[in-house]
Amino acid sequence: MLGYYVDLAVRSLKRSPGLTLLMVLAIGFGVAASMTTYSVFRAVSGDPIPWKSSQLFVPQIDIWGPKGRLDGDNGEPPDAMDYTDAVALMRAHRAKYQSALYRISPSIVPPDPSKHPVSVGGHAVYSEFFAMLDAPFKYGSGWSADSDEQRAAVVVLNSKLNQKLFAGANSVGKTVDIDGKDYRVVGVLDNWNPKPEFYDVVNTGGFTTDQEDVFIPFQRAIDVGMTNDGNTNCSEIPKESGFVGLQKSSCVWIAYMAELDDKAAVAAYKDYLDGYFRDQKQAGRFNWPLNNRLRDLPAWLDSQHVVPSDTKISLVVALGLLVVCLVNTAGLLLAKFLRRSSEIGVRRALGAPRLAIYTQFLIEAGIVGLTGGLLGLFLTWAGVISVGWVLPKEIATLAHVNLSLLVLTLLVAVIATMLAGIYPTFRASRVQPALQLKSN
Amino acid sequence: MLKMTHLSKVYRTEVVETYALRDFNIDVKEGEFVAVTGPSGSGKTTFLTIAGLLETFTGGEYHLDGIEVSQLNDNARSKIRNEKIGFIFQAFNLIPDLNVFDNVEVPLRYRGMKAPERKERIMGALERVGLASRAKHYPAELSGGQQQRVAIARALAGSPRLLLADEPTGNLDTQMARGVLELLEEIHREGATIVMVTHDPELAARAQRNVHIIDGQVVDLAEDPRFHTAYTAAAGQVRG
Repeated sequence: MLGYYVDLAVRSLKRSPGLTLLMVLAIGFGVAASMTTYSVFRAVSGDPIPWKSSQLFVPQIDIWGPKGRLDGDNGEPPDAMDYTDAVALMRAHRAKYQSALYRISPSIVPPDPSKHPVSVGGHAVYSEFFAMLDAPFKYGSGWSADSDEQRAAVVVLNSKLNQKLFAGANSVGKTVDIDGKDYRVVGVLDNWNPKPEFYDVVNTGGFTTDQEDVFIPFQRAIDVGMTNDGNTNCSEIPKESGFVGLQKSSCVWIAYMAELDDKAAVAAYKDYLDGYFRDQKQAGRFNWPLNNRLRDLPAWLDSQHVVPSDTKISLVVALGLLVVCLVNTAGLLLAKFLRRSSEIGVRRALGAPRLAIYTQFLIEAGIVGLTGGLLGLFLTWAGVISVGWVLPKEIATLAHVNLSLLVLTLLVAVIATMLAGIYPTFRASRVQPALQLKSN
Repeated sequence: MLKMTHLSKVYRTEVVETYALRDFNIDVKEGEFVAVTGPSGSGKTTFLTIAGLLETFTGGEYHLDGIEVSQLNDNARSKIRNEKIGFIFQAFNLIPDLNVFDNVEVPLRYRGMKAPERKERIMGALERVGLASRAKHYPAELSGGQQQRVAIARALAGSPRLLLADEPTGNLDTQMARGVLELLEEIHREGATIVMVTHDPELAARAQRNVHIIDGQVVDLAEDPRFHTAYTAAAGQVRG
């Protein structure tokens, strides 16, 4: 019977092309608006490392106290660390893995002297960074803890830069000139570009169009004076100027992440963090109460408002538009179905049970939804391409059409239209055949 | 075949109750051709829709082919309509989107019949009404008489035990009406039970038996002087 109902639905829709077009347009635009905004929302709100996010923690130490807080901080300690605490926490090494990190922007000098140096982006990190974040390597690996200690001139490249410098070949063991010094390539990452850039939300806001081209040992970067290319926040003016002055100041500019595998490890780390604060307080560094934080990654991203509020608002508005379109479609379906009351009466007289009428008309609604969904697919694709007109570039570039979005668009269109068709279909199935046949 | 006993149908509003049928009794035997006559508003069509299980009744009993139908649910009523009853309407009630073949196919679809059997029955029914060559035509391309023949073919395709006809010639000119009536008589001679509602005394006179309804009740026409003369005269003309 399914084929029969589909055939009837197609005939019916062809009979009133204007009405059909209106419904398809309503569904198409409604679904496209919601799916376009959803694609953006999905890109910015997804868990960037779902298999491990509950084990990754960001510690915060209240080194500024109440006086250093800005209005709207809600009693939150600074969201980054100063150099002193970051290095102290690294030395203590209380987590399974941990890394302090800051954003760098060195220059790469190509081996070909005819080519100009290029500015690249990246991070100064500790060796455990790669294992902690399960960063995938195409060639080689990260550097060792010894390289951290020895402040070795080693570098991990991302695959894009490796493509540019070495035509994508295995470059492990080769050297790269960074800011005039040779660095030995120890590893090449395999298209690793997590969004949001969860390991350094403070300096990137989570989303940035800047490339992560290179990773260099943290202390090496400090030693050679690779300055911070991210945010620096200070509660007071540093006593000394320059990069060294920054390291001695209470300004915060270093992100920090630790891997803690279970509740006991989390509790132990929190104890350590609080103990560290108390020690510093005893030493006279602080004179305010303990106010540390230790959040897992999802809570941290939430507290940092990584998902832009305008993205959430857009999604709500678009879903509202979809509802309006569906209400309109429901009205059009109702008008269309009830106009066929005499046909329903005849079918009922000839032996169609209510369920058969219900199924026939629900399938018709489903076909309207499917056609609207196909239009919605095209409009969603156009919407995703054009989303940069209304959203910031770094957010807009994240939105993309993939198979799951295509399937979801069709499903939403069909299911939503069938939901919209429930009432009109119910009314159609309740048509009194006797009344219709008498009135003819 | 069709037996109604003390059947009533009441339409209720907040302020008034209207009896469409009251203490209605009728017994149609298998193979009979019964004409149901009566003035407008007498309850003829209400009787026919209840007989065809298109409407429920308020009180009394109705046995169709031995089944008491008052307690049946929608599915069971639909199944009986589909398998035991054929309808012929005054306004033909063909579905305009469907061609002749597809219109005749409608009741067979709901019976879950396989395509080859459906085709055989449809073409058989169309041949019987003389419209096999018009199978691909749409209702709008046919005359009124042809449309009614399609409606009869649709009713016959399912081989129903009971044929219910509501003013089957009401929308046709005399010549077409005669053709349709001859077809109904032929179907009756082949054994079908036919109950036909009509205003037309000439048509009623062609039936085996006339049942007259006035104010929702079956009355004996011979005892009612208002109708006796007209119907007797018409019947005499037809039979003569």
